[in-house]
Amino acid sequence: MVLNWKTGGVLLGLVFFAAVLLVKPIGVSTQFVILDAIIGNVVNPDLITQTETGYTSSNAYLAKSDGKYAGNAANPLNYSFVFVLAMALGAFLSAMARGGVPRDERRLPAIWYANYGDTPWKRYAMAFVGGFIVLYGARLAGGCTSGHMMSGMMQTAVSGYIFAAGAFAAAVPVAMMLYPKEG
Amino acid sequence: MTSIILAVVIGAAFGAVLDRIGATNPNWIGKMLTLTHLHLMKTILLAIGTASVLMFGGQMLGLVDVGHMSVKTAYVGVFIGGLLLGAGWAAAGYCPGTGVCAAASGRKDAWFFIAGGLLGAAAYMVSYPWWKNAGLLEGEKLTLGTVPGAGYEGLTSLSGDLVGIVMGLVFIAIAIALPDRLRGAGEAVAPAE
Repeated sequence: MVLNWKTGGVLLGLVFFAAVLLVKPIGVSTQFVILDAIIGNVVNPDLITQTETGYTSSNAYLAKSDGKYAGNAANPLNYSFVFVLAMALGAFLSAMARGGVPRDERRLPAIWYANYGDTPWKRYAMAFVGGFIVLYGARLAGGCTSGHMMSGMMQTAVSGYIFAAGAFAAAVPVAMMLYPKEG
Repeated sequence: MTSIILAVVIGAAFGAVLDRIGATNPNWIGKMLTLTHLHLMKTILLAIGTASVLMFGGQMLGLVDVGHMSVKTAYVGVFIGGLLLGAGWAAAGYCPGTGVCAAASGRKDAWFFIAGGLLGAAAYMVSYPWWKNAGLLEGEKLTLGTVPGAGYEGLTSLSGDLVGIVMGLVFIAIAIALPDRLRGAGEAVAPAE
């Protein structure tokens, strides 16, 4: 079912290369901020405001770099946001084309079942907390697995190596602690 | 408009490949991070190496616009943020991109991951001034060598293009050399699904 690492690795490498060749390196986590800003601006229309030259925000993070994030949230039909939507569509179509993710797996991944039994709500709580920490960390670091680790290291960016060192230094012990059974 | 078409094409290809290499499957992530099945790690290392060799090779030949590079700033927060992301990645089995892909392919827990992620990103938006005032976001945009025309400081004065190709080959070599598993006994067992 899963592609051999040689085929999969070359294909994934070609996608990262195509992105740099045609546009810019791949990144995802910023778009969580953009979606937050879009939602926030619906709840509180004063969050993002137009200036003479562009956009700014009452939130310092959205206003940084001359309101780049504020501007992207005001105009979501931009490359980076559409990229993430298309990524979701691509994953959906690919999963459907191989018969879809089995029902049991969609409800509860096997690795959770092997370690914690049939406790889906505990799993959802863990995924929620994990998501919180992942995105908080990604924004603090200024990128995630795709932006820092893959796009960064392929460009020989020192930041990519620092990020990867931190990510694996935490991920390996936490994974061993939480999921001791192989499943 | 061209940029939107490119976003759709490259984005869809990225999502499809993530799905096909097992990266959107938390069982594969869990087995990679517990070092009991390193197939996905080999895939990722080979991908970084392949992309690096093509990009720097293309730049040397003048086929790739060096202006498309985008190197992020190195600062203390990159390491702290990396630690946090790593912990959450291990707990959830998803990172931002693969979480979105997994949710799209119908995994219920991934929707909770996205909800938590939106809240986490919002929490960072609120706490950003604190990190900034603490000076933890200050740094430089550095590459290992000095890439001609890229405008980034080099950690060394070596040719950035050559360093990029050599590092790419190193990543490929590690991908080939890495065994199927580093922990546990016997043959590595492929994860579920």
